[in-house]
This record gives sequence, C-alpha cells and structure tokens, in this order.
Amino acid sequence: MGRLGFSTLSPMKHRIDAIFSDLQARDAKALMPFFTAGDPDLTTTADLLRAADTAGAAVCEVGFAFSDPVADGPTIEASMQRALDGGVDVQGVFDMVRGVRDQVSLGLVAMVSYSIVHRWGLERFVSEAADAGFDGFIFPDLSLEASGPARAAADAAGLTLSLLVAPTTPIERAKKIAAACSGFVYVVARSGITGARAALPPELTDRLHALREVTDVPLAVGFGVSKPEHVRDVTTVADAAIVASALIDRMQGADQPLDTATLMLKELVGGLA
Amino acid sequence: MPTPPTLAQPDAAGYYGAFGGSYIPETLHHAVLELSAAYEAAKADPAFAAQMDELNRDYIGRATPLQLAPRLTERAGGGQIWIKREDLAHTGAHKINNAIGQCLLTLRMGKKRIIAETGAGQHGVATATAAAKFNLECEVFMGTEDMRRQRPNVLRMQLMGAKVTGVESGSATLKDATNAAMRDWMATSETTHYTIGSVVGPHPFPLIVRDFQSVIGRETLAQCRDQLGRLPECVTACVGGGSNAAGMFYPFTQDPDAHDVKLVGVEPGGLGSEFGKHAASLTHGRPGVLHGSLSYVLQDDDGQTSPVHSVSAGLDYPGVGPEHAYWKDSGRVTYASVTDTEALEAFQLISKLEGILPALECSHALAHTLKVAAAMPQDQAVVMNLSGRGDKDLDEVVRVLGL
Repeated sequence: MGRLGFSTLSPMKHRIDAIFSDLQARDAKALMPFFTAGDPDLTTTADLLRAADTAGAAVCEVGFAFSDPVADGPTIEASMQRALDGGVDVQGVFDMVRGVRDQVSLGLVAMVSYSIVHRWGLERFVSEAADAGFDGFIFPDLSLEASGPARAAADAAGLTLSLLVAPTTPIERAKKIAAACSGFVYVVARSGITGARAALPPELTDRLHALREVTDVPLAVGFGVSKPEHVRDVTTVADAAIVASALIDRMQGADQPLDTATLMLKELVGGLA
Repeated sequence: MPTPPTLAQPDAAGYYGAFGGSYIPETLHHAVLELSAAYEAAKADPAFAAQMDELNRDYIGRATPLQLAPRLTERAGGGQIWIKREDLAHTGAHKINNAIGQCLLTLRMGKKRIIAETGAGQHGVATATAAAKFNLECEVFMGTEDMRRQRPNVLRMQLMGAKVTGVESGSATLKDATNAAMRDWMATSETTHYTIGSVVGPHPFPLIVRDFQSVIGRETLAQCRDQLGRLPECVTACVGGGSNAAGMFYPFTQDPDAHDVKLVGVEPGGLGSEFGKHAASLTHGRPGVLHGSLSYVLQDDDGQTSPVHSVSAGLDYPGVGPEHAYWKDSGRVTYASVTDTEALEAFQLISKLEGILPALECSHALAHTLKVAAAMPQDQAVVMNLSGRGDKDLDEVVRVLGL
C-alpha cells in the first residue's frame, strides 16, 4: 500500500480518510485484517501489526478482548478468552499500540464492545485511544440511535467512527447509518456471528451495489470473508475486505503462527481487486 | 419519603430514567423493531387481551392464591406474612406468564421457532411448555453447570419436545446461555423469536416481560383489598434478572393508593460481599452495559463481566433489569441481599412450617421477609412473592446441606 508520509498530515485529516483517498486515487483496494490484542500475548500482537503492514494491509482492526462477545463466533470468542486468560487489559492494549504506532503506516482501528467503553467513560476511552495512536473506532453493539455522543467524541479527537450495516438493515436506514459514519462503513456480509465460511452469500454483491448508490463513504466488508477469492469478490465493489476468524483459525493450527499469518496476509492482499 | 415515579416508563427509546436502551449489533435491530411493532399492535387489540385472559385462567390456572402463612408469622413474631403462590401456576413458577405471552407474539409475527436462555430451567420449561401448546419449534440454551444443578428441568423440557443445547463457554451458567441464545438469534431472527425470560436485554424486552408478569401484582392488589381489606405495609420479591419482582412491583408503583407500600427486592448475597462471591448487582454493582441494556452490572474496571455465585441457579446472573436500576436510584424500591446460608435456612423453614417446598430463588425473598415481619407490629402485613416451587432444587439442596 506504500508509505504515505503521514508526518505531513494536518491534524484535522484523518489517517483513515487519507488511506482511502490515496487508494481511490490509485484505483486500489484495502485489506483490513483483525487481530485480538493479547492473543496469545501483546508482543505477538505487535509483531502481527508489523507483519500486516509489511504484507500490504492498509488498516488493522485491533480487537479488545471482551468476556461476552455476543456478535462473535467460536473462533473470536476463544481468541478473546485466551487474551483475557493471559491477563490483557485495556491499558495494556493502549501501551502496545503506542509502542508500535511509529513503526507502521497502517490505520489502526479499535474494535471494542461498548460495555468496555462505558465502563471507562466514553470521553476518557476515546482520548486515551487517540493518545495511544489509534485512528478510529468500531463499537459493534452501539446503535445508530445511540451513536451521537460517540461520533462527537471521535470527531473531537480527530478519529473515525464506523457503524455496522447488516443484511437485515433496510436501505433507507443503511443510508442514515452511512451518514453517521466517518472513515468507512462496516458492512456485515451475512446475518449471524463472525466466523470463517466456505462461501459468501450470493446476494452480497447486489447489496454492495445498492449501498454504493446511497453513500460515498468507503465500504469495508466483514463476517465470513475468509480467503483470497472472497477478498476479490467483495473488493470488486467495496473498498476493503475485513478478515478475522480465518486468520485466527490458521494461526491456531500453526507451528509458527507469525510466519503463517504473514504468508496468509500476503495471499489475502493478492486477492484484492 | 421516596417520590413515586410519575412519568410513563420507559421512554420511546426504551430508557427508564438513565437506564435501559438498546445496545445490540445492527443485525438484531430489525428484529427488535419488529417485536416492538407486534407488541404495540397486540396491546391495542382487544382479542389479544381476551386470549391472554383465557389462557391465564384455563391453562396457567390463574389467579394464583394469596394466603396467610400463620406458622411463619408466629415464628417471625411480628407482622403478618402473606404469600403470593406463583408456585401454583402451571409449570410451577411465574415464568409461564411471560412464556405464554411471548409465544402469542411469536404467532402474531408469523414466526415458527422460539429460542430461550435458562438458568434454573424454569424459564426453559415454561418456554418449552408454551411451544408445545402452540406447536412452535423450541430450542433452549442452558449452561452445562446449570444442567447438572437442575437436571429434572432438563428432562421436562426434552419430554415436551424442546431441544436443550448445553453451553460450555465462560462460567457455563445463565449469562453464557444468554450469549448463546443471542448468537443464535443473530442468524435466525427472520424466522425465530427470542423469548427472553427476564426483564433484561434490549428494549422492548424489559417492557414486554414486565407487562406479561404484571398479572402477579394486579392480582395481589385486588386480593389484598379483598382478603386484608387494605394494602400491605410491605411487599417483597427475589431479584435475579428481576422478572417476578418487576411483575409484582410495577402495579404497586402505578396504583395511586399504593405509594406508601414499601417495596423490597432481595438479591442473592451468595457467600459474601467479596468480588465474585455473590450475584447482587444492585447491592454491589455499578451502572454498565450487558446483554443489550444499561443497568447495574457486576463488572471489573475494564467492563469485563465478573464471575458470580449463588446457590440458586436462577439468580446466578451478573446483571439486572434496567427498571430495577431506575427504581433503586429513584428510591421507590429498596434492595437487600441475603446469603446462600440464609436462603437455605428459609427453604427448610417454610417446608416444615407451611408444607410448601419453595424454589431457592424465592427462599431468598423469604429469608428477608422473616426479618421484615419480625420488625413489624402485629397489625401490619408483608406480602412475599413465592415465585416458584422447589422440586427442581432438591438434588442441589441435598448436596449442599449434606442431607
């Protein structure tokens, strides 16, 4: 994806926005891998972020482990449980990101349950995340209706807020959700929970075209996107492909998880349309 | 003197004061909206009310009795103890009130399958029962630890044709069963209704469950006027998620003559007040987000759900309904807690003195009711909601007490 020289960015310009405008100018697409911070430890997560950067990912989702991740399937739930069992906490994730921030040009997006954000306090969480070097947020359990304060806090900190659009979301509501997003819209590819799948839902392409009609905000597609062919399929229309469980599954079965992840990230980047 | 709530609760967004709301993945937004619409339509339909009345009378066996407990009263040595016998409702607990109501909503929405979470198994049994009656496919999620503690209820559900799916993750108890049910619903909401068993979850579940359970409080108000000739000084109920208490208390919060009636919710104090040793969210918790709503929860400083403990599988939950949080902060309801040991003593006492084998859940309410009655003069009265019967708890009580 190239080093973009962010040191010259004005503070008002989001890193995420810059990444997507640069990609669009080159007619290129983004890979957005997800890693659970602290699975199995934060040193490994920092290694994975550097590996993703080298492999050509544009943005990384950094997942904050949560005890009750209701939108997640067995792979991410188990990954989060490993992280929690290993003792990871929110402050530890911020410290890890602070350490790796200047070593990567990736956009770094915090994927975090609102249960955690509420406990920290919205303003405090957002400002600490910004200070650590995060570029944006995804709060998967925050509704459009309740998102106003979070968007205002993210805006004030110069970070993006991405909300989710689901297959069950009517297009008029999807338009409102997209309008409430900054950075990118998180498009949920399928109803149900996260997890690797053999195939994408056949109606996804039509949904993406319909969404493309109602918003100019970049579209990032996740839930079930598992292999290079899936990445190609979704990025033919959308701007980014999000891969999570498939990466974690592959690493879990590997003797050398970091090498395995690096190889898979390169394969996935190769799938970008 | 606490100020009675005067505003209609909840507001349009599902907030009871500062609590409630809807913190759910967007995938579920449509299903929750659809449920709200179906419920509003049902409320406006006289045929729905008539159908509920008929089922309450002929299938559930309502009204359940309100009766004086003379030997418990004598034992406490103070005010009169009256008990509302929800244990005599069909399936042996108040949970059927809500399960029947939500099954009717499921039919109105044209859905063919219902899912439920269960802790003690009473809500699971009630849902399986209603599903059998209305010919709906039923799957109940239950923590494997609870399946061990409440084996008779597992068998009951299976006999009525429900699939009982064990949940191994986390603490393998009620919160994990709730996670599993929400995950199923994420993928199946177009054809499946999630019958939440308590006044928890995203709006409109706390409202719907409270309304279906409010038959308890409405009957109690009428029975008190009829049998005592007045309203009692105090009403008590156990609180896990809080559905039997909400159903008992809500009509008292709305009745203009009931403003002086003291309402007390009784939480599971478990083994003590240390972190992880109890499940008393209102007594020891703080406002936080869990399972779709903002309420008092038991969490650590990072928002991770605490481990919880109660001898009662039905109270073993790290959150509580948002309306209880509102009632607590407004002062309309006070919340106490009793320990496992106190609840087990009350369980044995009412068995011996009244010939009633209570669920461990409402044994908590009884332990506190005895204290309340003891402090009252003899011309006063306390009404306790005996929310369920205790047959399901026999194995566990025998094990814990070494009988």
